[in-house]
Amino acid sequence: MKLINRTGAFGRAAARVGFKGFDGAPHLILFIITLISASVLVAVAAFLIFGSLQAFNVIGPVELLFGESWRPTSFFNQAFGMLPLMVGTFLVSFLASIIAIPIGLGCTIYLAEIAHPRIRAFLKPAIELLAGIPSVVYGLFAMLILQGWVAQVFGLQHGYVALNGGIILAVMMIPIMVSLAEDAISAVPRELREASYALGATRWETMRSVVLPAAMSGILAAIILSIMRAVGETMAVLMAFNQTPILTLDPFSGVQTMTATIAIEMGEAAVGGLHYSALFAVGVVLFVITLLMNTIANRIMSRYAEAYR
Amino acid sequence: MSSIEVNNLNVWFDDKQALKGVNMTIPEKGITAIIGPSGCGKSTFIRSINRMNDIIPSCRVQGQILVDGKDLYGPGVDVTQVRKNIGMVFQRPNPFPKSIYENIAYAPRIHGTRDKKKLGEIVERCLRRAALWDEVKDRLDKSAYDLSGGQQQRLCIARALSIDPEIVLFDEPCSALDPIATAKIEDLLEELKDDYTVVIVTHNMQQAARVADRTAFFYLGELIEFGDTSQLFERPENELTENYITGRMG
Amino acid sequence: MNMLSRSAKEKLYFGLFRACGALVVLTLVVIVAYMLVGSLPVLSLDFLTEPPRGANARGGILTPLVGTIYLMIIVFAFAIPIGVLSAVYLAEYQGKGRGARFWSIVVSNLAGVPSIVYGLLGLGLFVTFAGLGRSLIASGLTLAILALPIVISAAREAIQAIPPSLREASLALGATKWQTIQHHVLPYALPGILTGVILALSRAAGETAPILLTGAAFYMSSMPDSIFSQFMALPYHVYAVATQTMAGMNGSPVVYGAAIVLLLLVIGMNLIAIIVRKRYREKYRW
Repeated sequence: MKLINRTGAFGRAAARVGFKGFDGAPHLILFIITLISASVLVAVAAFLIFGSLQAFNVIGPVELLFGESWRPTSFFNQAFGMLPLMVGTFLVSFLASIIAIPIGLGCTIYLAEIAHPRIRAFLKPAIELLAGIPSVVYGLFAMLILQGWVAQVFGLQHGYVALNGGIILAVMMIPIMVSLAEDAISAVPRELREASYALGATRWETMRSVVLPAAMSGILAAIILSIMRAVGETMAVLMAFNQTPILTLDPFSGVQTMTATIAIEMGEAAVGGLHYSALFAVGVVLFVITLLMNTIANRIMSRYAEAYR
Repeated sequence: MSSIEVNNLNVWFDDKQALKGVNMTIPEKGITAIIGPSGCGKSTFIRSINRMNDIIPSCRVQGQILVDGKDLYGPGVDVTQVRKNIGMVFQRPNPFPKSIYENIAYAPRIHGTRDKKKLGEIVERCLRRAALWDEVKDRLDKSAYDLSGGQQQRLCIARALSIDPEIVLFDEPCSALDPIATAKIEDLLEELKDDYTVVIVTHNMQQAARVADRTAFFYLGELIEFGDTSQLFERPENELTENYITGRMG
Repeated sequence: MNMLSRSAKEKLYFGLFRACGALVVLTLVVIVAYMLVGSLPVLSLDFLTEPPRGANARGGILTPLVGTIYLMIIVFAFAIPIGVLSAVYLAEYQGKGRGARFWSIVVSNLAGVPSIVYGLLGLGLFVTFAGLGRSLIASGLTLAILALPIVISAAREAIQAIPPSLREASLALGATKWQTIQHHVLPYALPGILTGVILALSRAAGETAPILLTGAAFYMSSMPDSIFSQFMALPYHVYAVATQTMAGMNGSPVVYGAAIVLLLLVIGMNLIAIIVRKRYREKYRW
């Protein structure tokens, strides 16, 4: 029988220098392509940092990050303090979260534990569809319809306020939260539930004291990831309320988020100018925030994966 | 025809040694059974004969396996050539989710047979050899997943024969099958042993006693005893073997 | 709360949860219904085949619709091959150790980056650094990068769902690793990969923020004549009409019409993806 064939000198050499299980040209090509995809993350970071260097240098990191006014186009007292933008993002995301978390959890529990399988089979895809709706459509709805309702309910002159953005962001957060959290609840082993039922617990008692605690870390990760969506959302926020960079926590005021700032002002900023660079700095902050939230969610998830495998 | 000569074979997974200094010569043709308690290294042993352990990154192999006097682990040896010459049947039936015909024709085709007529002949010959032809000849284009578990396993045997091997390895081929399907596979093994060198791992001692000409007993990664099946079962030389066979262990 | 019996408590809570579920479905219905009703006066085939007129205040959506299709073609051409092949590498060659964990963290972080930040990347990398200017290709490449993690994670999941025993069967017949991937892994994973591809394309079709920074135009009288020219796109068109025209601000049917076409396009693609996935699960039950 013939044993030596095909494997060229190249493959043998590669195997010798430690490319374990080397499989010739396809291996190398795929590796290079994967490097290209991974370099995207590096490229994002690099271009953000590169673009924002000027702003950090000229304005100074402390003033840039924590300065209390954002007046990029003012001729006499131009100021690039990001604090109002960060607070704006915080306020809108916070309003969205306090609406979305209870409703989202309720919906998750309904979907995972209560809904009839036939309703479930219809509801789960429907929620996925809701998650797929383009943000500009949500924005349009907030701008043309929801705004009027908010004005009416709260007796305001108009509804283009932070709360309007919070509500529409909540609507966008819920489907993401539900589909991720539902996975976590479904992953709880059936034996645990049965053990509780066998002790005479009702379905609600079983859910509250057995299923939910067991799925808690997965649910937590789902909440964090959905908040991340709210923090990073641009269009819906842009269209839902008047973008005014004032430092306030009043839900009935207009504020300005970080994402919206980039979207509105980039068109007016001269390429390479200080304003342009400051907007890249806003991007850096957004990038770091989402990276942090994602890392926390990943940590929580992997702990939960270990507990049940 | 091919005998298999194993010289001082050691296998590690990371730091854990799975096989320790195995020396054994499996003569050509006939059936050689490998038995032993779970974790004794019998699966590792059979998978090192066609270098299937190579796909596990943490695996390290030291020693020689000579087939026809050629070392399978020698320098410059191409694993695909090794596997092309040695067939393997796995624990659970694992047909490809393709048609019955495609399952058999796949290997000849990737090894260079393009001729439709020739492929058809190979498919028929292998399916006959695996005693499956009469059951499937009218539905060769149907999915292999439509077959029963036992039929699927015979299809996998036919597939292993399609590369024209001289050695066929069976890694607990009946562990997922019912007794009737098992009996069919055992009959098939009897027929194959005149033409192929058959090595079978089994956790079922009765199966070894029924089908094997020779039996090897592995324990904790070492080859404890190897000899004619009747001798090994009736007059084992080693105490460990005797304990295992009489059911005092594992 | 001991005044309530245990089963009454259960009824109360279950009622609340049901209401939450109903509320979520109701939201979907309300949003779609408003878009649909608002757009009724303009919905006709002409709306799709006529370009916008009167500074976007009248006419159809042909130019933006075509622009969005061009964007999807660019995304398909770049993100799909690179994404799928990366997924093959990660699933088949990378193994399961530390490296694999590192890569999945990279992919999940990429997926979490806000779309406006991708817009900044596109502006810095493609528009300015590569000198492509504000153009169709700059926006298309930006969206391709945004779609990449979606393709990678869907394809990777589909590939990893294929039982190892099938790979072993192929390898044991003397197939090389690449032959095994080509003849078995990719074909069996194809429906799963397809699902991911459709989802990625629909995401790219619906994104506004990245193209706003990299080349979408408020109004153009003609189709883009090359990949280096500016373009109109459906999601940006919705935004532009809604915020820059009196008609849009007053809820003209034109803006609802553009939104409902975008909505139907994206929901339609998502539905196809859901159906493909369901079929696939029924076909291959390993």
